[in-house]
Amino acid sequence: MLIRLLMVAILALAGPGLALAQSNVVILSTTTSTQDSGLLDVIVPLFEKKSGLTVKTISVGTGQALALAARGEADVTLAHAPSVEKKYVDEGKMRNRRLVMYNDFVLIGPADDPAKIKGLPAADALKRIAESQARFVSRGDKSGTHVLEQALWKQAGVEPKAPWYIESGQGMGATLAIANDRLAYTLADRGTWLAFQKRISLPILVERDRPLLNVYSVMEVNPANGPRVNAVGGKAFADFMLLPETQAVIKTFGVDKYGQPLFVPVAGKREEDL
Amino acid sequence: MGLVWDGTLQAFRLLLAGDPEVWRITLLSLQISGGATLLSLVVGVPCGTALALARFPGRGFIISLVNTGMGLPPVVVGLFVTILLWRNGAFGALELLYTPAAMVLAQFVIAMPIVTGLTLAAIQQVPETFRLQMFGLGASRIQMIAVLLREARLPMLAAVMAGFGGVISEVGASMMVGGNIRGSTRVLTTATVLETGKGNFDVAIALSLILLLITFLVNWALTSIQQHRRV
Repeated sequence: MLIRLLMVAILALAGPGLALAQSNVVILSTTTSTQDSGLLDVIVPLFEKKSGLTVKTISVGTGQALALAARGEADVTLAHAPSVEKKYVDEGKMRNRRLVMYNDFVLIGPADDPAKIKGLPAADALKRIAESQARFVSRGDKSGTHVLEQALWKQAGVEPKAPWYIESGQGMGATLAIANDRLAYTLADRGTWLAFQKRISLPILVERDRPLLNVYSVMEVNPANGPRVNAVGGKAFADFMLLPETQAVIKTFGVDKYGQPLFVPVAGKREEDL
Repeated sequence: MGLVWDGTLQAFRLLLAGDPEVWRITLLSLQISGGATLLSLVVGVPCGTALALARFPGRGFIISLVNTGMGLPPVVVGLFVTILLWRNGAFGALELLYTPAAMVLAQFVIAMPIVTGLTLAAIQQVPETFRLQMFGLGASRIQMIAVLLREARLPMLAAVMAGFGGVISEVGASMMVGGNIRGSTRVLTTATVLETGKGNFDVAIALSLILLLITFLVNWALTSIQQHRRV
């Protein structure tokens, strides 16, 4: 009797999870910045209301988001590492890559700027940092931000090394906190930097350089990647991101909180147009 | 310190204002960890009892496994449960990943060895002469076990508290198998990580305080049962 009661209790507790059929569920694998900025908290409910589908947002680094999608563990991906994305598209793992929006990365650092990088192009700035061995905190997690940072080091012709090069292995927020604490330089997306304004004192030193463009694209998962990929649902979400009304939401997102928009919508454009 | 104070005020505001999201997250934490603890009692108590009373070859080895399991790292559990539940994984057809049920399962794997190990210890601390005495008085095996469990109920409540405390506070496994999905698998610990990542430290502190508070209330209730029965 007691055991029966316990079983009933367990089913009652775990029931809600079991009852949710997954055929009308879309799994979106995405980067942490779209979630941490709060953009998805606005967009996902709009999509769910319109389509009747339920979205499960798995917010991880771009590297992991694409790796999950390539295994068929997601249905659609919103990422920001063009070079890596194109590789997955070429391999046939991802399909129909379309630009959604962009914002930009900024190089931030101590206000007294010991490496004297203020106003330089991004690659030159990194070179100066390496030459003066000023501390630099890297995400070190294969995120979109980290991928871009590595490309910039390559462009600068420098192999960054410890002890002045610090790999946090954590998200943007934690990395900013470390950079702030150690008075180090770091590369951040503008949205997260704005969100952390109250907590950190590192100003922007380098910005508005072409390589610092941060482009977000949406891609559908090839159903051949694994069983149970919801290709229809994935495409529905990708299409929704590009609708004029969704793009209008993106255009004004963040104005109320930061006094400036966090993303620029670019549906229908190509990278060369930006 | 101002930040901690802000967080404390924020915690009260969120709770008193009845913020629906915070209540839902709190309730879900209790449901998932409560469910996992119940499930681990259903399995762990009989296993612990059997291990305490039965004598068979390999018993010492199994007890060592259970004792190791009591310190199982939640991230390791999370990783393996995730891989098993992947669409491509062995149990992919169940489509359980990123659901509360998957979180119950992972937390069950974490809590079950704790409950088993502490049950084993609780039963074993009842003197063997007591068992022999009962047989002498003509008790059946089932009656004997019932009386033993009754005798061991105080340390077994400690097993419940340890199991529940272990799972309500873990974040690694819940993050991996649940995915921290808003309105579905977001619990107090994963929400705390998220709010910290967003830079909302006051909300993160508020969620931590709520977690501490409910853990305290649950333990207080269990402790009062335990200590009340003692007198």
